[in-house]
Amino acid sequence: MTLEALITVFGMAAVTYAIRVAGLLLADRLPSDGFVAHWVKHVPGAVLAALIAPAVFAVAPGRSLAEAFLPAETIAAVAVTLVYIATRNLFAAMAGGVLAVFLARMWLGA
Amino acid sequence: MHRPAPTAASQFWLGVTMFLPVAVSIASYGVVWGVLAGQKGLSVLEVLLMSGLVFAGSSQFVALDSWTPGALPVISIVVATAIVNLRMLLMSATLRPLVAGLSWPKALATMFFVSDEQWAMAMAQMRKGEGSVAFMLGTGVLSWVAWVGATLLGRVLGAFIDDPVKYGLDFAFTATFLALLLGMWKGRTDLVPWLVGALAALLTASMVEGKWYIIVGGIVGSLAGALADQWRARRDA
Repeated sequence: MTLEALITVFGMAAVTYAIRVAGLLLADRLPSDGFVAHWVKHVPGAVLAALIAPAVFAVAPGRSLAEAFLPAETIAAVAVTLVYIATRNLFAAMAGGVLAVFLARMWLGA
Repeated sequence: MHRPAPTAASQFWLGVTMFLPVAVSIASYGVVWGVLAGQKGLSVLEVLLMSGLVFAGSSQFVALDSWTPGALPVISIVVATAIVNLRMLLMSATLRPLVAGLSWPKALATMFFVSDEQWAMAMAQMRKGEGSVAFMLGTGVLSWVAWVGATLLGRVLGAFIDDPVKYGLDFAFTATFLALLLGMWKGRTDLVPWLVGALAALLTASMVEGKWYIIVGGIVGSLAGALADQWRARRDA
């Protein structure tokens, strides 16, 4: 293992743990009601939605919207939604999504 | 319904049991990450150290993007890690009531296990009035074992899997996050933050390189959600 790899890994670990701890230390300063509380409550959903959207539509700088449309991923996202609503099971939804994207890519020749 | 006070051990194992299906999805994209790590030239030891110490999947995927042995962009990888993981700040903040009874060292140590899935499940338990530190530790320890084990497995087996994308395994990540999001649905008040967050992320991703879209979408979407809540409260008042 090289020194640069070691520094990178320890750097990643240090900032990540610092963030995990900082939230707890700052928690006292975050109010429990009102605008800020509502804001904090909505963060996880908004972050997850933001994580997902560009993976379902492959947008990137300099790419047109027509190019960004990924039919296989979009079909698979619909499949995940339907399986999750039907089963309420995380693994079933994940497996359904992987299977759907595999089949859709094969079918679409992508 | 009256029930005896749950013991720490039973809470720990409840966490493990309830987390099992999630651990399977974590393990499946852990294998994918391990395979990709092998292709990027990470050694088995590097995989073990990164998965074991960083223990944050999305940021590890981002780090792989720019992993070039011999000329590692150290600063840029560490900064990208901080950006992607900044969301955990608000997660651990909301876990404050859960660890309120612990000593500081124990509370700080518990925070090592904060990650999307564990946090989502601990919050769901807290909403039902059943959350506990032991429960979260159960989910966290299983998650850590699944993540470290699966990434190592992927790294070792990587030589035999030519192209993870061919088998659709790259989508496991998105599918898991989508299912987690759907599980958070509380009602129509969630519509605004989710849609605005997704749109802001798409716009950002179409204009800015890198993973900024996660932070921008998260901040803009959650602000829009809070504004909508406030508007609704004023209208109904």
